[in-house]
Amino acid sequence: MNGIVGSRVPLVDGPLKASGSALYTADLTLPGMLHGAIVRSPEAHARIVSMELWRAMEEPGVSAVITGDSYPRSFGVLPITRDETMLAVGKVRFRGEGVAAVAATSPEAAQRAARQIKVIYERLPEYEDPEASAATVTEKIHAHSPGMTNLQKEVRQEFGPVEEAFRTAAHVVTVRGKFPGVTHAALEPHAVLAHYTPDDRLTVWSSTQVPHYLHRALSEVLDIPEHRVRVIKPEVGGGFGGKGDPMPHEIVAAALSRETGRPVRIVLSREEVFYLNHGRHPTRHTLKLAADAEGHLMGFDLDALIDGGAASSFGTVTTYYNGVLATGPYRIPAFRYHGRRGYTNRPASGAMRAHGSVNTRYSMEVAIDMLAEELRMDPMALRMRNFLSPHTTTINEFRITSNSVVRCLEASRARSSWDTKYRKLPVGRGIGVACGFFISGSNSPIHFTPPFPQSTVHLKIDVDGGVTIHSGASDIGQGSKTIVSQIVAEVLGIPLARVRVAAVDTDSAPVDLGSYSSRVTFMMGNAARCAAEDMLRQWQKAAEEITGRPSAEFRAHDGRLEAPGNISISYLEAVHQAMRHHGALQSSGAYESPSLGGKFKGARAGTSPAYSFAAYVAEVEVDVDLGRIHVKKVWAAFDCGRPLNPMLVEGQIEGSIHMGLGQLLGEEMRYRGTRLMNPSLLEYRTLSPVEMPEVECLLVGEEDPEGPFGAKEAGEGPLPPVLPAVANAVYDAVGLRFTELPLTPDRVWRALRQKERGGGLQKPPAPKVDAR
Amino acid sequence: MKLRVNALEYLVDPPAERLLVDLLREDLHLTGTKRGCDDGSCGACTVLVDGAPQHSCLTLARLVSGRDVTTIEGVSPGRLSRLQRSLVETGGLQCGFCTPGMIIAALALLQRGTPSRDDILEAISGNFCRCTGYAKIVQAIERAAQEEGGR
Repeated sequence: MNGIVGSRVPLVDGPLKASGSALYTADLTLPGMLHGAIVRSPEAHARIVSMELWRAMEEPGVSAVITGDSYPRSFGVLPITRDETMLAVGKVRFRGEGVAAVAATSPEAAQRAARQIKVIYERLPEYEDPEASAATVTEKIHAHSPGMTNLQKEVRQEFGPVEEAFRTAAHVVTVRGKFPGVTHAALEPHAVLAHYTPDDRLTVWSSTQVPHYLHRALSEVLDIPEHRVRVIKPEVGGGFGGKGDPMPHEIVAAALSRETGRPVRIVLSREEVFYLNHGRHPTRHTLKLAADAEGHLMGFDLDALIDGGAASSFGTVTTYYNGVLATGPYRIPAFRYHGRRGYTNRPASGAMRAHGSVNTRYSMEVAIDMLAEELRMDPMALRMRNFLSPHTTTINEFRITSNSVVRCLEASRARSSWDTKYRKLPVGRGIGVACGFFISGSNSPIHFTPPFPQSTVHLKIDVDGGVTIHSGASDIGQGSKTIVSQIVAEVLGIPLARVRVAAVDTDSAPVDLGSYSSRVTFMMGNAARCAAEDMLRQWQKAAEEITGRPSAEFRAHDGRLEAPGNISISYLEAVHQAMRHHGALQSSGAYESPSLGGKFKGARAGTSPAYSFAAYVAEVEVDVDLGRIHVKKVWAAFDCGRPLNPMLVEGQIEGSIHMGLGQLLGEEMRYRGTRLMNPSLLEYRTLSPVEMPEVECLLVGEEDPEGPFGAKEAGEGPLPPVLPAVANAVYDAVGLRFTELPLTPDRVWRALRQKERGGGLQKPPAPKVDAR
Repeated sequence: MKLRVNALEYLVDPPAERLLVDLLREDLHLTGTKRGCDDGSCGACTVLVDGAPQHSCLTLARLVSGRDVTTIEGVSPGRLSRLQRSLVETGGLQCGFCTPGMIIAALALLQRGTPSRDDILEAISGNFCRCTGYAKIVQAIERAAQEEGGR
């Protein structure tokens, strides 16, 4: 081993970012570039009666004005649910939807012209409640919903003897959870620069997580063959799922460029980003857990209704994930799930970090805490009794391989001094625990379905000895460029500085499914390892030609190829020898996901070649006068297999905890009816540095058998456990259960006062069976 | 109007409604200063005006006539400063979009002497970061301050 994988390597693009020289999409300009602006609907659900465009056309500096009729073909990230258009066609479905777009010589001129466009709307009934969407409606939001409903997706799954489990259980607990929507709030607002050139080629630079999905959508909507479309991903200022879909403004910029023959840039305002949303689904659900008298889980029954907003986005997957990603990390012999996703006239929901698993995880872990109390057991002991083992299969046929959840729980218990604190801290202070698991990449690709691999990496090396990595995986800030560099340098035994990662460019990078579902380290990492091993074989063969020793004897280390008996040549000698035959060296590696999942409908949803596991402990102090929850410390034990870069894994955990605590304590897409009330960072408040607790990361996983160098995901799994860990700690502190988020001071304060009137604050009863 | 940006003199004639952030980004092509929120809540656009941190998205370009502006590009041209290096090495940046504003805010703090942890939290509390959870940013600034002190 060369020690590059597994070490705390700083981001390879860190110096560019720290000096302000990293280029993001909004930083790019081209000669002759125009600026685009989008006219957005003030109505939530309305027929477009007429549009008056001529005034905008006559504004100085305006080059083109377009409407949805220019390219009315619909698109969507999932090929089975294409229900978004570049601009509204015929009617608008949410407030903030684009209806027309303008290209002009300056952003100000484009905005001025956009304001001149007059649209006459005829209002339609508005739907803000997914419950109403599931019932009979008078006006359908999308024609393809079944019957006269606004349902987008309905899932029913049942495994094992559910009825019997609940009939014969010694204990049944029920949690009715209610969760508002939250949004990604990546700091970089979405931006796109498109250039349609006279050789009938389209080049698009965009802040996207998935260049290859955008590539397809552009080709389909604009009807340009894929081989004439080129997508380039500059630096991306955070995504968290919010840049995973092909987005309307990306198509609009391309359409405007085609119309004007000039490059067109669109940079969304923060307000527009809020209306674009595609964030976490507002959720209502009823979750029931059944257990026997010893605390063995017998059954799990979940009924969930999620608010999809005005488009499908990833929603079909979300509907499945809300159920199937809640079964682990526990052994559950009977599982029933009913999930529905309704369209409403609100900005679309979609995928957001820990996609589809946060809200159910919250209620699941709270339910386990409740069950522990009924059983008078320590909640850690109850969890220990029910964990999935490594190398097993869940009731819904997920293949589980490496699994260090037991080590996670033991680590967080020891480090937090759980045994001396649980139910023993004074009133107002408390400690809580919660677990979780998450996929290391969705096993089923959305596009490019088999026989194509999920991820391919190409390497190129020329006379200068620098290795160029071509990959379609997107670094969106998580550090995938650094991880891929570490993997390649590790295999080739060369310093990191000899490796460079080319910007993602669909003209040169092989197809990759991009950055979502926490797939990159696992899938791109495996592809990179294969590509590097292929390259190494070429060097070894050349070393054999030079030295006469068999190629298999050579090991790559410290920039040299070494064989027993003090045989050693520099890697450059080998490279130059190998180049004699073919010129610059190239290699390719690919990762194809295994065949996984059962035979039933929806069986592939949630399958993954590996799962991360987590057990978090949180300690809190509740200000009983003001209702404020102070999270003092979080012990985050996480199993990401072998961490390839512990510093980056810690960064993912700390960032996830910030985002998860934000959702728990205050973040909310606040609506009055269909109207979003807080579309700004000032009003959509995330946690400030002062409000962040201390976080102790405990990376205790064991090597995964299929992950690259034993690694699994660390981008999303670290988020869900923190919400219920804190909620359970609040219960330990003051005896209050919260099943509706967020836990803002006013909500907590009201509950505290009510509790005081009903007999006063006290610690809940201590368990009879402790954690041992 | 004249202004100095990163020790260079510029002669510009911005329209009355042009914001400093747009003057820097669009007219002077200093794109290191970022635009994240449009309302002064995220701090990504922070620059120094006569040494004091200021939101360039809330500042009309004409108001900095004759004044001295420092952007991220002027912090340590051509090489990384101690603070910048510390952010990279500690993992205090991920997507990097908040980083220029964060560095400017921290720089203003470090110029006032060795800060306490609370001073650091206060200094960056107007700078939004969605990636790091702030822990490693605070650590990086502390480290830079220590190195600065023990220089």
